[in-house]
Amino acid sequence: MKKLLLFTAIIFFATIAFAQSDKYASAMKANISQLDSMMAKGNGAELANNFERIGDAEKTQWLPYYYAAYCTVVQAYNEKDNSKKDAIADKAKQLIDKAETILGKENSETDVIKSMIATSHMMVDPQNRYMDYGPESAGFIQKSEALDSTNPRPVLLEAENKFYTPEAYGGGKDAAKEYFDKAKKLDDNFKPETELSPNWGKSAIQYFLSQYK
Amino acid sequence: MIRYIGFVFLLINIKANAQTKISGKVTDNHNKALQGISISIKDSYEGGTSDSLGNYSFITSEKGTLVLQASATGYKSFDQNINLNGTSLKINISLKEEITELKAVVISAGTFEASDQKRASALNPIDIVTTASANADITGALKTLPGTQQVGESEGLFVRGGTADETKIFIDGTLVNKFFYSSEPDLATRGRFNPFLFKGTIFSSGGYSALYGQALSSVLLLESIDLPERTSADFGISYLAANAGIQKLSRNKKSSWGITYAYTNLALVFNFIKQKQDYFKVPVLHEGDANFRIKTSATGMLKYFGSFTSTNVGFRNQDVDSLNLKDAFGLKNLYMYHNLSWREKIGDGWKLNTGISYSTSRDNITNELQDGENKKQEIMDEPLYANKNFNLVNNGQYANAKVVFEKKLFNLSAIRFGSEYNYSNEKTTYTQYNGNIYPQTVKENLFAGFAETDVYVTNDIAAKIGLRTEHSQLLDQWNMAPRVSLAYKFRDNSQFSLAYGIFYENPERKYLPTINQLHFEQATHYIAQYQKISNERTFRTEIFYKKYKDLFKTGLNNNGTFMAINNNGFGDAKGIEFFWRDKKTIKNVDYWISYSYLDTKRDFLNYPYAIEPSFATKHTASLVVKKFVTNIKTQFNASYTFASGRPYYNINYDSTTSKYKIYDEGHTKDYNDLSLSINYLPDIGKPKAKHFTVFVLSLTNVLGANKIYTYNYSANGQNKVAVTPPSKRFLYLGCFISFGIDRSQDEINNHL
Repeated sequence: MKKLLLFTAIIFFATIAFAQSDKYASAMKANISQLDSMMAKGNGAELANNFERIGDAEKTQWLPYYYAAYCTVVQAYNEKDNSKKDAIADKAKQLIDKAETILGKENSETDVIKSMIATSHMMVDPQNRYMDYGPESAGFIQKSEALDSTNPRPVLLEAENKFYTPEAYGGGKDAAKEYFDKAKKLDDNFKPETELSPNWGKSAIQYFLSQYK
Repeated sequence: MIRYIGFVFLLINIKANAQTKISGKVTDNHNKALQGISISIKDSYEGGTSDSLGNYSFITSEKGTLVLQASATGYKSFDQNINLNGTSLKINISLKEEITELKAVVISAGTFEASDQKRASALNPIDIVTTASANADITGALKTLPGTQQVGESEGLFVRGGTADETKIFIDGTLVNKFFYSSEPDLATRGRFNPFLFKGTIFSSGGYSALYGQALSSVLLLESIDLPERTSADFGISYLAANAGIQKLSRNKKSSWGITYAYTNLALVFNFIKQKQDYFKVPVLHEGDANFRIKTSATGMLKYFGSFTSTNVGFRNQDVDSLNLKDAFGLKNLYMYHNLSWREKIGDGWKLNTGISYSTSRDNITNELQDGENKKQEIMDEPLYANKNFNLVNNGQYANAKVVFEKKLFNLSAIRFGSEYNYSNEKTTYTQYNGNIYPQTVKENLFAGFAETDVYVTNDIAAKIGLRTEHSQLLDQWNMAPRVSLAYKFRDNSQFSLAYGIFYENPERKYLPTINQLHFEQATHYIAQYQKISNERTFRTEIFYKKYKDLFKTGLNNNGTFMAINNNGFGDAKGIEFFWRDKKTIKNVDYWISYSYLDTKRDFLNYPYAIEPSFATKHTASLVVKKFVTNIKTQFNASYTFASGRPYYNINYDSTTSKYKIYDEGHTKDYNDLSLSINYLPDIGKPKAKHFTVFVLSLTNVLGANKIYTYNYSANGQNKVAVTPPSKRFLYLGCFISFGIDRSQDEINNHL
């Protein structure tokens, strides 16, 4: 009987735990599946809020904050009003800092977000901010690549930066091509650690590569 | 067994059952709908986001008494207990704005700020070096802003009817003496400090904070850079100077040091560009500077900057009293400057800013009366000519110390207080033509104490209230100067500011010592400002009234020079100014327009009564245009300045009435200058470039307008000579290369 009780107890708690983590995983999956479509509709804020709520409730998971930061920084990219960009980028910074605090370190994926944050600050006033934020953004891309050479996202950022940099500055469509090709190759071979781990970028790579056809 | 497991699933299912709908509207305290706000049940996944009308709604399966939360950057978070039992809830949420630096009103009356802060500002540090007419001189760029006068025959900033001595310059909080190279007759010398040393510039044309004093009109606050981005070596070469330097950033990026040396020799330039003066000693300058910067903690920064300059110059000018004679002027100057500053957060919301500076300057000036063959002429029986042979040695020692404590209060409000000490000791030895030596010393110990508070009532209303008191040992007097500024922000982010303040200053040192007891000169400022700043456009207008009291008057002393004799002078200045900057209307073109109207009269120096001073003009306007052409990596800059004619006077002593009298007066013709400059940056945008190169070509007065600043009169008033620039145009051509040693690779390696 004792054995049975113990067994039951184990099952009980395991089930609860499973249910909990299942709830986490399914909520995350539901939101991650919307990444591309929500961003396309410009609903990044809503998705960011969803992720942030999960992060706030879970307290020990870095991925919700990571995704919240990603959605927020994309929002900063898309914001047309330059006077609002800095505040949105600052919000993304807060979120990625939370993710790194839980993670206890930075990793290849968080560095990608930090590079994007620096880029959005730069976009507010490129001429005056290039000297500060340009190297910062490039530095995080380099770090990200160094931390995980199989990660396609830093290469994708590098490719996008090249794509939008004028030819006179060593950028341009042609110069970006090899980076998109490299990002594609990495992405094809990329195995995310878990099914919730970052795996975005496919559609962006496809979109840009379609520009060359 | 099955039972138990069933029970477990039952538990989970109960939890997931009954659902409650929560909806409502999110607004700010002005009842404006807020979009994108996150509303959530605390510690759950459940929640929603407000739409463009501020509406939100979501369905939750949570039950019981829980907390509904709403949060957004820039707003105080909202918490409310709610009871979830399946009945729909309608909860409207009003969020209170947090007072944040990005949103709050800026106390800005009288002030132009150029800094790299995130907040939009009228100017950026880079603007100073890319203004065509500025020739990379800090004050040159400021002369395109409203409030400043186009005075070309002497150095300094003449602001709103004030003299150059009424503008004081501070580096990292402490007063800088002899900011400009030593004066030369009828020439405006440049500032000694390279604009690249500074990351922030605040130019106040009135109504400034109680932290600063001894300036009746204006202060220029320069903030030196902290740690450099990377280790680099810099070289520059132009046809008038060569410089080299190194800035070394430590591996842990916590400290840095740097040294630079520059050599200037104008021989080549003067061969190429004919000077009005006949140089027998072409200007040669040796300049060196050194710095170290240490991050003493996460929030602490210790900075040292020191520089050394040696100047040697000599030239002849036609003598104003005799067509056959010349004045040969020689100047040797040795200058040294040290500044050590420290800032730190000392806990519990307290901040400390402190700094000391020490400088010495030694001028050795000789003047010789010469004939057509450049032979010395000694005309002993005529004092007018005899006195033109003299030697003047001036040894100045200056020390300044300042400490400011700041305590952050609620919101952005803060109190600040501290004290300042300025020491100066100038020993002058004047040797007259006959060998008579007149040594004199002017020594001053000036103590100041100040306190100021910033009060932010909301993001929209703020006030700065301050009080400054000074004691001058020289004048044996105390003063008490209140300062008040208010600012109000409108819903469209434009703002209205007011400033009032009393400002004191010692009589100008070059008219001291004196036999009479003098006291502080005084100015009272009243300023009203309206401005609207966005990232792409700035509009700013100010009206001001400035009342002068106790200005010093001068009389002649035994050796024929002027000295201050009393404080019976007075005056006022009023005007209106406009500034418009636009980076948006014309693609890739950034331009600004400034206009100043100034109406001023004063009675000071030897003026017989209140007149429009000779350095002031009614209308001044500037247009500055910058265009960067991406595909050729070149920036084109142009600036055009117009100033209406300045008054000039021949004031002389009338022995019959024993008073000074205006014997002749007039207005110079209008002043026009069009300057162009081109910066070519071949390495820009090369991410892997090992060096960064800038080529600079600039040309002033492209149209060749005849500029007349003022007139000099002979002693008998019969001869009147126009004071003009030393050459009609000036061409500058230079190249600067910075070799950066990038440390990012190290950082990656350290990290792995």
